[in-house]
Formats: sequence, C-alpha cells, structure tokens
Amino acid sequence: MTGYLFGFLAIAAVVMAFAGHSRGRSAGGTATEKAHSRPIYHGLNAAIWTGIPAFVFLLLWLLFQNSVIDTLVMASYPGADALSGPERALLISEIRQVAAGNIFKEPTPEITAAVAHFHSLQSLASWAMVAVVAAIAAVGAFLGLRTIGSRYRARHSVERSVTWFMMFSSLVAILTTAGIVLSLVYEALQFFAKVPVTEFLFGLRWEPQIAIRADQVAGQGAFGMIPVLFGTIVISILAMIVAVPVGILSAIYLTEYAGERFRAVVKPLLEILAGIPTIVYGFFAVLTVAPLVRQIGLTLGIESSPNSALAAGGVMGIMIIPFISSLSDDAFAAVPRAMRDGSYALGATKGETIRKVLLPAALPGIVGGVLLALSRAVGETMIVVMAAGLIAKMTLNPFDAVTTVTVQIVTLLIGDSEFDNPKTLAAFALGLVLFVITLGLNLIALRTVRKYRERY
Amino acid sequence: MTDTSIATGAGARVGGPVDWKSEAMNARRKARYAADRRLQAYGMVAIAFALGFLAILIATLSFTGISAFTQTMVRIDLDLSKAEIDRSKLMDANWRNIFREAALAELGEELPRPAERDYFSMYTSSAPFLIRDQVIADPKLLDGPATFVVPVSDPVDQLAKGLVQTDLPENQRRVNDRQIGYFKQLEASGAITQPFNWGLFFNSDSRFPELAGLAGAISGSFWLLLVCFLISFPVGIAAAIYLEEFAPKNRFTDLVEININNLAAVPSVVFGLLGLAVFLGWFGLPRSAPLVGGMVLALMTLPTIIIVTRAALTSVPSSIREAALGIGASKHEMIFHHVLPLAMPSIMTGTIIGLAQALGETAPLLLIGMNAFITSPPAGVLEASTALPTQIYIWADSPERGFVARTSAAILVLLGFLVIMNAIAIFLRQRFERRW
Repeated sequence: MTGYLFGFLAIAAVVMAFAGHSRGRSAGGTATEKAHSRPIYHGLNAAIWTGIPAFVFLLLWLLFQNSVIDTLVMASYPGADALSGPERALLISEIRQVAAGNIFKEPTPEITAAVAHFHSLQSLASWAMVAVVAAIAAVGAFLGLRTIGSRYRARHSVERSVTWFMMFSSLVAILTTAGIVLSLVYEALQFFAKVPVTEFLFGLRWEPQIAIRADQVAGQGAFGMIPVLFGTIVISILAMIVAVPVGILSAIYLTEYAGERFRAVVKPLLEILAGIPTIVYGFFAVLTVAPLVRQIGLTLGIESSPNSALAAGGVMGIMIIPFISSLSDDAFAAVPRAMRDGSYALGATKGETIRKVLLPAALPGIVGGVLLALSRAVGETMIVVMAAGLIAKMTLNPFDAVTTVTVQIVTLLIGDSEFDNPKTLAAFALGLVLFVITLGLNLIALRTVRKYRERY
Repeated sequence: MTDTSIATGAGARVGGPVDWKSEAMNARRKARYAADRRLQAYGMVAIAFALGFLAILIATLSFTGISAFTQTMVRIDLDLSKAEIDRSKLMDANWRNIFREAALAELGEELPRPAERDYFSMYTSSAPFLIRDQVIADPKLLDGPATFVVPVSDPVDQLAKGLVQTDLPENQRRVNDRQIGYFKQLEASGAITQPFNWGLFFNSDSRFPELAGLAGAISGSFWLLLVCFLISFPVGIAAAIYLEEFAPKNRFTDLVEININNLAAVPSVVFGLLGLAVFLGWFGLPRSAPLVGGMVLALMTLPTIIIVTRAALTSVPSSIREAALGIGASKHEMIFHHVLPLAMPSIMTGTIIGLAQALGETAPLLLIGMNAFITSPPAGVLEASTALPTQIYIWADSPERGFVARTSAAILVLLGFLVIMNAIAIFLRQRFERRW
C-alpha cells in the first residue's frame, strides 16, 4: 500500500512536470514581454509542488502512525492505565503478534477486542493516509499549475526549494551526531537509574548474565566496566605494537628509499589491507592465527586460551598498518624539501637524514596518525567479536582471553532487545563510553595534526 | 655511530686537519653506511611482513574456500510411472518412501536396519523434498524413468573431497567405515558427481551446509546498498554543494564541518546503537529489515561522499564558473549545469568506494538484527533478511565442518564483489576524470 503510494507520488510528479512544461511553453511570453523563466522551470516547479509536500507528509505520517495507533488501542484496553511500562510493551507486542496472525495460544477476550480495534484503526489509518496524501498532492498540483504564466518567476521558486533541500542535507550530519549523543545518553541514564554510576565507572567485576525471569538461575549481575576497558586497552596496545613500527618503517621505505615503480605497485597493495572487511580478518584470526598463537603459548609453557588477546590484537594491528603508513607518508611529504637538502649538504646519509631530520619534523603528524589509528583500534568490532573472549578478566598475559567494550556491546544486544533490561541498557552505557573515548582521541589527533601544519 | 661531529677517534688529531683516509675514519664511514642499509632493510622487512600477511590471508581463504565451490551429488534413477502417486496431490505423496526405494536400488542390495540408517544419513536429509519440488515444477517427470541428482550430506561431501582422515579411529570421524564402503560402491557405479556448486549462489540459508547458499544474503546486501545509495548520494551531494558554494563562513558552518569529520571516525558499532535506539526503538521500523540497515549505512557513508564531493567541486577551475556566470547563468545554473557535471566522475568514484566500504560493514547490521536465520531471499526493503557480511558471521559461528569451507567461499564472494566495485571506480577515474 505504502509502496504504491510512493510510486503514485513519483508518477504524479513526473506527469505534472510535463504538464507544467507544456503550459509554460504556451505561456511563453509575447512579442513585447519576454517570459521570465524557461518552460523547464515551470515544469519542475509544478512537480515540486505536487510531490514534495505530500512526500514529506507521508514520511511524517508513517513515522508516527504506529505509536498513535498503539496509544489509541491501549486507551481503549480495560485496565491498561494500571500497567507498568514493560507490561504495556509486552501487551502491545502481544496484540501486534495476534493481529499479524501469529497465534500461539487462544487469546483472551480483551485481547481479541483490542485486536479488532487495532485492525479497524489500521485500515482507517491507511485509507485516511491515502486520502490526505492524494488531497495534498492534488492541491499542490493545482497551485503549481495555476501560477504558471510569463511573469511568474518559476526559476527562483525552484532554486529556493533546492537551496532548502541542500541546507537540510547539510544538517543531516549534525542531526546524526545529535541522534547518537541523545540516544546514548538517554538509554545510559536509564541504566544509571538501575546501576549506580560509580559502580559502573569504577567497579572491578563485569558479569552481566542476570536472571530475566524470577525463576531463572543466574548470577547476581555486576556492571563494573574497568575489566572491560582493561581488555580493550590490552588488545589496542597489542595492535599498536604490531602496527606502529611496521606502518612507520614501510612509510619510510616507500617515501625515501623505494623507486617510483616499486612505490606505484606496493602502495595500492598495502591499501588493500585497509579495504578488506573486518569480518574477514575476524574469521582469519579464528581460523588460522588463534590456533597458531595457542600452540606457541603452550609450547612456551604459558597458560593459553583459544581466544587469545594476542591473536585478536595482532590481526587488528595488521588491519591498521595501511592507516598508519599512509598518515606517516603524508607527514613525511609535508616536511619541506629544504630541510632534507640541508641535511644532505652536510654530508649526512639517507638514514641519518631520516632519523635526525625527517622523523623529528614529521613527529606531530605521525603522532596524530597513531592516535587516529588507536581510536580505530578501540572502536573496532568484528575482529574482537570473533577472536577475543567474552569473559572480562584483568590479565596482562597476551595468550589469555580478554573481552572488549565492543564485544560486550554486541553480545549484550544480539538476539533480544528488551529496552528495560539492565543488560540491554548496559550496552548503551558502554556505547557512550566508547563514543567519548574515540571522540577524545580524534579531537586530540586532529589538534596535533593541525598545530603541526602551521609550523612550516 | 650516527655522531657526525668529528672530535674523537684515533684518526682525528684534535685541533688539526682530519685524516679522512685513516683506518678509523674508514670504519666510521662503513658503520654509518651500514646503519643506513639497516634502516632500509627494516623498511623492506616491514613491507614484506604486511604484504606476506595479505598473501597468507588470501591464500588461506582460497584454500579453505575452494572446496565449497563444488558440491558432491548422487545420481538417482527413478521410474515414477511405476510409483503410486496421486497426480492431483503431488504434495502429499509418500516421497520419503519413493526416495528410499530408489536410493536402495542405486546401491543394489538390501540392507539390515542399522546399516540402512547409516546409508540414508549419507544423503542430505531434504533429498525427498528436493525430488518432490523438481517433480512439481515439471510433472512430465512422472511419465517415465527420470534421473535426479541430490546432494550428499556434509560428512560425505567432506569425504568425497578428501578432507576426512580415514586412518583415524572410527569413532573420531563423522563417517563410519560402513559409509565409506557404500560411498566407494556408489563411486564405482558412477553415481557420484562433483559439479560446480550453483546452490551456493541460488539457495538461501539452511541449517545443512550442503543446502546452504548465499541467495538471501546477496539480495539482502543488494537492497541494503540500494537504500544506502538512494539516501546518501543525493543528500551527500546536496550537503557538499551547500557547504562548498553557498554556506556563509560562520561558526555554525564550522560546527557542521567538524561534525562531518568527526562522524567519519565514529566507530561503526555506535551507528548500530543509533539505529537500534532511534530507527527501531523510537520510530518502530521493522527489525532485520534492509531499510533500517540501509539507513544506518547511509549515515555512515554520508561523510565519505560529502568529503569526496567537496574535493571534486573545488578542483573544478574557477574559469568555468566565471564563464557561466558571465553569460548570465544564475548561481544554481552555474553549479548544476557546469560545475557538478564536470565533478561527477570523481564523485561517482568516491561514492562507489564508499558503497564498497558499506558492503563489508558488519557490526551495525548485527545490532539491528540482520543476523537472523532466514531461509528465503527478501522481496523488498521491509522484509527480514541477512546481508553478505552477517551471513559470513552466522556461518562462521556454525559448528558443522562444511560451514568452514562455506564461510571462506562466502568471503571470497564478498571480496569478489568488492574487487568488482573498486575496479569500476578505478575505471571511472581513469576514463572520465579530468585534470586541470
């Protein structure tokens, strides 16, 4: 139904574009007075008037239809006012299930009545939607066509609409950030109403497996994020130990030593490492690297787990290499030619120039790149979800399993999504922590890079 | 050894001219050149390490995945004209029995009960239904002898591909000696074939590796990318044009710019949380739907497209703008008739690369439930579906041995799509991009 309505609007807009175009042509001015706008603008204007208001209205309608119907159904349900939030949600989902035909047990008469009410409201809503949208489109088309005339400034009108669309589009980025912050903060606040902030921030135990029903056997549940954060730091540091030297050294070789042709071949090959989806790295870590690491650990006589931090961190480090390499590359390229030449003129070898002149000069840029890479390592998800562990453990042994913030977010949210459960809400609190950490790292990195750029 | 000041050393007399030819100076020079060569060698080792890893990655995945591109099948000859089948009720015929007799005939001997169970577990458990579906699709098969080809079960498939160690004790492998015997018998009679595994592309997901395919995941990914493109392409270009050409320079536009750069670095899992809380929680859109996934991916791709478009717009020379304005075009006409078409190749290149990134994105899709077990391809953007990366995640988590090969094969398919998209992007850049 809705799909057809969108299709209808699109067709109506195209038809009106042609109608407006031909009317605009026939109204194309007289010998003494030239038409202000070309016919195409009259057509576009008519299409915009027909399609856009109705389209926007349709979107808004679809966004709010469900919650309005829910409220109305609940208002007529006997005794619904006395229900708590989760009970209401459960009831609504039951009514929806029955209405969709998924009946598991014989519904109670109240539910049957509510379902009937639901159905009638829904059909009413869909007809009302069609009627209102069609009416808006018709009014728009009428107005759009009526204004056509040789003196009507259709081009200005079209350009104004386009400008509005462009302004709205540039707001989408801000709206996204606002949406991220608001949703994370809102859900995290609900979490902190159940678990104290101090316990979350400073607690040393993370055991989110709490009982959902009263009769289930499960742990008490502890939501201290320190061990999770600790695991994230361990894995990120392991990743940086792999990525930073390899990335910087390969950048040095590519910018200073390699010939033009070698560079032209190798640089894109290195970039491939960044283009491979992270789930591929994750699978590779599980399939090949983790068993190898475990074997090495056992041979060395160290306690080793199948999901070692080293496997996850090492593979993540490989993923980050091109990132650090290309950012260091940029930093080296930004060092003025004169500094290099001066060093050579004093008789320094290439290696000495790199170590004594290039590296210090490019250091702020490299540090910025490393920080950006670190923020990427902290936020990386699929490699650790597949290759790191689930149990939060405070250990520095790289052959042991640790868990990370992103792993916990995914495991807490996979499957069920009851919004009132501390388990689910904890994921949003962790998400907020992750967002703040990566934001901080990014801002510091960008500031470092910018400061450095002003130096030369 | 990098000390370039000439003050110490046996060859250097303090205060006098330096004897550059002395033994000590030679040694020093050698040491300095050695240090230079060492740094060069470290660089080469670093590059070799990174590229070697890439090679091992691709090689391992190809090696484990290649076996999933063929599937062991058994040919079964069946004369349905002799079977008791009510032609008006093909669905209800006793296909299990029909298949049982045909399969036994293939072996050519009667089997005692336990042996029979071993024998039938060598076929995929849906074999009777595969035959049924084929007959319903083509009722002419009922008229005479016909040949059907059904997949074998996963352990036998592994056996046929030589991936089962037959020298292990019987209780440590998933095919027993009896089954190996039957397999050899079938092989000798020529009933076993190993054709290209079209099912990998045309079947949907299944609990049984021998029947599982990527059709659902590929079409899910298609819908995802379609939604992602339809939203992020126009919005991204519009935002970039506004910021580059129209926006006044003030604190608000600065804020927008910082925002866009920042969004590009927000972890993908956070976008998943946004989709879960806002699109599913507040707007009540359906779970697991490509529409929601596409919207989340569009928000992630948006910064890429905006940044690429702005770079493309600035690279169009100002002489073109001035010429357009000079002959009386409005600012909008100048941009939409002249600047944007010239910038389009770069924008398309950047967009395709952005979409390729979106295609491989997994974490946000997991959070909005696109890792469900779904056995039919989605028909639209509102139906529950999986996507290629989430399908890989599901298969990687499955315990059956056959799914290891399928996972690698799915990864190869995903990498194949990425290579194609990037190749198109490179082609567009080489063919159409203009440099001024």
